Amino acid sequence: MSFYGLVDGTEASLKKYLGSLSGVDQVGADARAAMLATRSIKAASKRWAIDTAISMVDLTTLEGADTPGKVQGLCTKAVRPDPTDSTVPSVGAVCVYNDMVGIARTHLDLIGGHHVGVAAVSTAFPSGRASMAVKIQDTQDAINAGASEIDMVIDRGAFLSGRYIEVFDEIVKIREICGTKAHLKVIFETGELVTYDNVRKASFMAMAAGADFIKTSTGKVAPAATAPVVLVMLEAVRDFYAMTKVRIGVKPAGGIRNTKDAIKQLVLVNEIAGPEWLTPSLFRIGASALLNDLLMQRMKMDDGYYASPQYVTID
Amino acid sequence: MSNRIDVKKTYKLFINGAFPRTESGRTYEVKNAKGLFIANPCLASRKDLKDAVVAARAAQLGWSKATAYNKGQILYRIAEMLEGRRAQFVDEIVSVTGVTKAKAEKEVTASVDRLVWYAGWTDKISSLSGALNPVAGPYYNFTIPESMGVIAAVAPESPSLLGLIDVIAPIIVGGNTVVVLASTKAPLSAMSFAEVIATSDVPAGVINILTGKKDEIAPWMASHMDIDGLDISGLGSKRHAEIRSAGTENLKRIYSFKSADPGRILAFMENKTVWHPIGL
Repeated sequence: MSFYGLVDGTEASLKKYLGSLSGVDQVGADARAAMLATRSIKAASKRWAIDTAISMVDLTTLEGADTPGKVQGLCTKAVRPDPTDSTVPSVGAVCVYNDMVGIARTHLDLIGGHHVGVAAVSTAFPSGRASMAVKIQDTQDAINAGASEIDMVIDRGAFLSGRYIEVFDEIVKIREICGTKAHLKVIFETGELVTYDNVRKASFMAMAAGADFIKTSTGKVAPAATAPVVLVMLEAVRDFYAMTKVRIGVKPAGGIRNTKDAIKQLVLVNEIAGPEWLTPSLFRIGASALLNDLLMQRMKMDDGYYASPQYVTID
Repeated sequence: MSNRIDVKKTYKLFINGAFPRTESGRTYEVKNAKGLFIANPCLASRKDLKDAVVAARAAQLGWSKATAYNKGQILYRIAEMLEGRRAQFVDEIVSVTGVTKAKAEKEVTASVDRLVWYAGWTDKISSLSGALNPVAGPYYNFTIPESMGVIAAVAPESPSLLGLIDVIAPIIVGGNTVVVLASTKAPLSAMSFAEVIATSDVPAGVINILTGKKDEIAPWMASHMDIDGLDISGLGSKRHAEIRSAGTENLKRIYSFKSADPGRILAFMENKTVWHPIGL
């Protein structure tokens, strides 16, 4: 493991690496995110943005009440979000609990959705409170069942008490299990990290440890993917690219419920990280209700009048 | 000589129980009968209409499930609040339309009475229209009227207060939620009526009031897929054909009324028929 030559795997080198990071100007980040949120998007760009956003959605169901039927329904929707319109692109992936991975993969393959990935939430999601052995087994199970993406949570307790090396080692171990079979997304639960400095620190640590994506939240804690937090993470991937020439993806999740929110995220991506990141392989949006609103906005642009929720599926 | 500067009211929209300005930032001038400037109310945009419909849709299930008794109490409460602010409404009607004080008082009185009258209908309408149908089988067969959903309405130009109440009240008696466009020339009493609604235990989103141009907003109301019915009583009859045609795509029920009667309530209700087996 080379860790891009940034750390050598020891606690001392990790502390040095994290200590070298500059702090985040909180007021500046808030103001810049608020300013970018006011940008007006014209009709032609909006059309493009809606389709791009649809292709970036990680269509998610993470409920205790999930059933095989619900997951299969979700997969069908993921492949063809609007059954009446074949020009609507498929979403990026479906995101489910570990035990639903096999069901999702089988159903997707059955209906011709080979191009739609299955993301499994892992490492004792959403709290991350379990022994390392359990977390490893959890991840291995998901990969065996056919998961192509692993969304792991970090141990926020360890991170907040300064035991960075524990968190780092955890990510490295899960990275090893993923190998070439699955993409690794690392969830920080930014709502629990309290400060933007912590978000930046966690971002750089996860990237050095081998994350393919950094993800804001589990969706179980509010606030989740607020604009300034996403901005801080986009700055982190941009700076990391400048250091290593490797592009790491970003996935905001939680609280992005309508088209307006989604387009604001795309504006942030374009302005902060750059247009290279405007692709599903580098930017995803974790959401469930968002997809229906995107479809309704798309219908409105096609038909010229406002759509009704009665014309999209109930999830 | 007094140095005090007049404190003038900003007339805003009423959406989801709050008083936002129009998102478009547009306003228009309201003048009195003599042509003197009175106020700058909001000129509502298509987006405002959309926001109001979203609020009305969210409120509809809860309102339709409220008991008839509760709906009646709330309508009566609106009448009580209106009665208590009678002087303000009389002043506003006089200042905008230039009618005599006596005539304005008559309109406010009629408005309060009309609300009380509709309040009484909440628990009677299903007895009037519902039925136990004779069927050739061992079943009880009921037909009962139920709410239609989100109803939009264009209020008449005058009378500005009574006309507004005449479109709102029958729609909400039936368990629907409403988005209403107030009189363009005389919107002041409509926006003051919104303040009455806001203090009358009407759940947020059940009544939403916009001010603006009928020619702009009525076609948007007709083509909006998430509005189930439309009352165009306040729209000139020349435009009715165009509006009805715009509403065919979404099978919207579009009606125009001339008087206050229970048929107005039933126009925006749908009948549900239930078959119930009779035991031994």
